[in-house]
Amino acid sequence: MISLHDITKVYHTRKGPRRVLDNVSMVIEKGEKVGVLGPNGAGKSTLMRIVSGAEQPTRGRVERAMSVSWPLGFVGGFQSTLTGYDNLKFISRIYGQSHQALLPYIQDFSELGHYLFEPVKSYSAGMRARLAFAISMAIDFDCLIIDEVIAVGDQRFQEKSRNELLNKRREKSMVIITHEMHFIRENCTVVYVVDHGKLIRFPDIDEGISYHENSFRR
Amino acid sequence: MSDLIGSLRVEGRVIYALLMREVLTRYGRHNIGFLWLFVEPMLFTGGVAAIWSALKAVHGTTLPIVAFAITGYSSILLWRNMTFRCIGSLLPNLSLMYHRNIKPFDIYLSRLILEIVGATTSFAVLSIVFGVFTTYITWPENVAELIAGWLLLAWFGMALAIFLGALSEDFEFIEKIWHPGQYLLVPLSGAAFQVDSLPTSVQHLALLLPTVSGLEIVREGFFGSKFRAHYDVPYVIWFNAVLTILGLLQLRKMSRSVTPE
Repeated sequence: MISLHDITKVYHTRKGPRRVLDNVSMVIEKGEKVGVLGPNGAGKSTLMRIVSGAEQPTRGRVERAMSVSWPLGFVGGFQSTLTGYDNLKFISRIYGQSHQALLPYIQDFSELGHYLFEPVKSYSAGMRARLAFAISMAIDFDCLIIDEVIAVGDQRFQEKSRNELLNKRREKSMVIITHEMHFIRENCTVVYVVDHGKLIRFPDIDEGISYHENSFRR
Repeated sequence: MSDLIGSLRVEGRVIYALLMREVLTRYGRHNIGFLWLFVEPMLFTGGVAAIWSALKAVHGTTLPIVAFAITGYSSILLWRNMTFRCIGSLLPNLSLMYHRNIKPFDIYLSRLILEIVGATTSFAVLSIVFGVFTTYITWPENVAELIAGWLLLAWFGMALAIFLGALSEDFEFIEKIWHPGQYLLVPLSGAAFQVDSLPTSVQHLALLLPTVSGLEIVREGFFGSKFRAHYDVPYVIWFNAVLTILGLLQLRKMSRSVTPE
């Protein structure tokens, strides 16, 4: 379980402080699939980073009894002068896992072949994303963070990663940010809408989606 | 208690991972690889020692110039490289914050450990090489005292690096002013003079910089009987402790506002 208690996040901008999240709370249970909706810049990603611990709230308390992934397919964490395998080693060390044990899975899933032993800077965007996705799957997180779903690689790889994520990892908790409403409808068990710093919970998915679409349509 | 051991284990893992990443990124696997970590400062110190010997550039000392240069420049590299490695080091590493166990402190600590290992190895290797193969350097008279002085210098360097590093994330101008700042500090740091040769009236002023005391202790450990040292250990400890606390406070403040992309 992850719970956020009375979280406030203030960013300092040139026009003065901006309250992105205003005293919000949420609970993510084991196995729950949480969809987060809201217009661009509403604070969805900020909420995500506070959930994952990448960022500290200005006020409030986070209790985390589950391990949380980085945003799936996030490629920014790679050191591009190092090889894919060196980056895998680094992440394995951080999470206390054996990189030898993870290697076969990574090789098989990322389909990088001998490129795994070349510097990441020589990879195409799709190759980086494949490596990042494979590593995110290999480390066994309790809660997966998905920011703008899985546009990883080509059509076939996308289907493969969706299958890996949604079928093989059904029991995991997930926090999902996306503008694809059908994805939310098909996969989420609860929806939160970020609205002017507040967080509104909708146990009924369709209700949440229509609130989102009515409030933020121009 | 088991919580504490668990956290320490995680911390150790994270620091080790960051160290390996930093070494590979900086030195790669080509030619001599990580040996650059101490070969680079050795070349620097060795070069300075050569120039000083050629020019007889050291003021007011009867001590062997090579030994004087090696103690002086090694100590400068110790605190100066630490600050350079920490200032502005967070921005290019912000994405690492997505791994919840990595904190800004860990990035600093891994870099500080690398610099201490590099500068210390360089100092030790140079002293031994010159001590064994030449007559420029005699074996240190009091190794324990030498190490104590070195540790005080390293502590000062770590505290300064964390303070300036954490400050530089909030105020960009820190990076700008530290370049001239460190340059001005070098001649005042005690590397190229000995306190005893200064006029009595300015000796206590020289000791206001903790590096001067630290270096005097190192040199007393090295030369002992041939050297009249001036230092103020309680002052250095106070100075370092206050700087450490300021550094950690600023680090805490800065860490709370870190925002990865």
